[in-house]
Amino acid sequence: MAMRRLFETAVKLPGAPGLRRLTVTEEQWLEAARDLAAAGARLLALWASGQSHGSQSVYAAFATEPGVLVLMLAREQDGLPYPGLEEMFPAASRMQRAIADLSGLRSTDPDTRRWLRHAAWPEDFHPLVDEHVPPAPQSPAVDDYPFVRVEGEGVHEIPVGPVHAGIIEPGHFRFSVVGEKVLKLEERLGYVHKGIERRFTELPILEGHRLAARVSGDSAVAFSWAYCQALEGLSGAEIPPRAAWLRALALELERIANHLGDLGALGNDAGFAFGLAQFSRLKEQVLRATERALGQRYLLDVVVPGGVRADIDAAAADALRACVAQVASEVRELRDIYDEHAGVRDRFTGAGVLTPSLAMRLGVVGLAGRASGQAFDLRVDLPCPPYDEIRPAKVCRSEGDVAARVAVRFDEVMESCRLVARLLARLPEGEYRTVVPAPPAGVAVGLIESWRGPVLVGLEAGPGGTIRRCHPHDPSWQNWPALEHAIMDNIVPDFPLINKSFNLSYSGHDL
Amino acid sequence: MLRTLRKIAGIGIVTEPAPQSDESLRVRDALQARIREVMGRALTIRHVDAGSCNGCELEIHALNNPIYNIEGLGIRFVASPRHADLLLVTGPVSKNMEVALRRVYDATPDPKLVVAVGECGCTGGIFGESYASRGAVSNVIPVDVAIPGCPPSPNRILAGILTAITQPKRAAAHVSTEAAARPAD
Repeated sequence: MAMRRLFETAVKLPGAPGLRRLTVTEEQWLEAARDLAAAGARLLALWASGQSHGSQSVYAAFATEPGVLVLMLAREQDGLPYPGLEEMFPAASRMQRAIADLSGLRSTDPDTRRWLRHAAWPEDFHPLVDEHVPPAPQSPAVDDYPFVRVEGEGVHEIPVGPVHAGIIEPGHFRFSVVGEKVLKLEERLGYVHKGIERRFTELPILEGHRLAARVSGDSAVAFSWAYCQALEGLSGAEIPPRAAWLRALALELERIANHLGDLGALGNDAGFAFGLAQFSRLKEQVLRATERALGQRYLLDVVVPGGVRADIDAAAADALRACVAQVASEVRELRDIYDEHAGVRDRFTGAGVLTPSLAMRLGVVGLAGRASGQAFDLRVDLPCPPYDEIRPAKVCRSEGDVAARVAVRFDEVMESCRLVARLLARLPEGEYRTVVPAPPAGVAVGLIESWRGPVLVGLEAGPGGTIRRCHPHDPSWQNWPALEHAIMDNIVPDFPLINKSFNLSYSGHDL
Repeated sequence: MLRTLRKIAGIGIVTEPAPQSDESLRVRDALQARIREVMGRALTIRHVDAGSCNGCELEIHALNNPIYNIEGLGIRFVASPRHADLLLVTGPVSKNMEVALRRVYDATPDPKLVVAVGECGCTGGIFGESYASRGAVSNVIPVDVAIPGCPPSPNRILAGILTAITQPKRAAAHVSTEAAARPAD
């Protein structure tokens, strides 16, 4: 009840549908967070805004049953820490550490280790608030990160990364093991931190979607759409129906391509190379049909302010429809093969279990959440057009193992194939793009369900078409910590399989 | 089992012909012809993501699919730089990855080749140089071939790799991009 009251006192926030904003004091911040946690709300993102010389604010976005609530905590210039949310929302910890690194605002929570800053810039430089960039150190250095040590007879550590043995993004994993059994995994990320949030503030607001698409290349449509949704909300621009439908088409094609890639890679990691060959072939077919229909294999430049870059022509739409039908029928066949393969089933079932209660406690979202009983999908629960009309079916499993994450992907590929066919069949006539004027100063939030989970973009417009602050948030923030739990008591050789079953973004997290 | 075999037989061989090498992608020429000839027969590649958005990784992955079938050309991705002849580097090089990239380069035995992939690997791209980014791969280690594109298609990446192991054609400096592209592109 308390949550509904909070929601009703909040004011409307532009961008995604059903957004509310509530300005709170420190006491209200903690009280609201406790009420939200008690009511089962999910933490969507946590970020800070403002200059070191002026006022700073901390924002926390929560998905609640009536809608998305954004709490805004204004900070005094007293240098005191703000109340941390880790106790209620464990995923907040790393987000708070990132805020401390980039904006210099500390929370009261106990883990104060640096997160995104390694050793590349001085400790007292906070890139989102300090204008002047200090000179780079003479020679690049590495720091000594204080990993949590596991002690006891026979315990040893296996350090892995940042450069991994495959075509993967960089990050460091520290395993504490006894024999082959993993007692603890600690992740250290931030290696691909390339200054995205500061870079945003150097771009005109009408061009920021290009950078948003490159926050995590595999989720380009989701990020660029979320960015444009926030921008259009600020500008008061209504996008034409056809534009929204074409964006959804792009988003579902992105989901299909990524899921197909993962299904093949997961088969491969289970020792079934046939799976990789078949699924990567299907993925290539989808990418080619996508390129023909929307102009790119990976849709990094398709979503633009006001709509989409280009219209789809009838012949390409027909080819795409045929391609997706073919893919759906082959996926059905390959799923039977996976299901019947004893070796694959043996590796998938019971590996990397994340129970629904733990997933709930950790605030796991998106695909990994839906494999562990967390039935939350923005496309269904807080739909923006055209999802309110085409109504996707929500996929959910409760086993929480690799097999469940595979099953969610299979179900979602089939559902997305159905959605693509429906989107193409009922595509509204009319314009595919409208003009978006530079918005007045203000704050908006965009929210789109990427193939991985909910992507949030917090956008603050400055005067004259500038970006004062932009925070792109990938669901990997919430799900990386869950991987540390899922691997416990599994054996080291199962890690690649379990890791792949989550397939989290490094770039989207490291920013 | 029978279904698996039937599927394999039913699909058949889907591999397409490889693209031509493309002199326009070459940045420098530092290898002797004889070495290039030996490497060209069984090239091993170590991929290093030095800060990419992961878009280029998706297209590098595609090289291993049956359609581009890079292994069919005798080219293989390996797990350690110590086993590698060529480093395939995506960027921009983040400052947090700079030391790791230098170490990978040093761990790769001579003679070695470096191919920078993607707009960011070539120039720093939209991220540029900043407090957190060194920009182009060539700002950190020597680069032999640079493949622009955001992300470049698998065909372009393959053309770039083949350029690195092909003896430079001094007379005809530029092979047209049309000639390198497949009809399907």
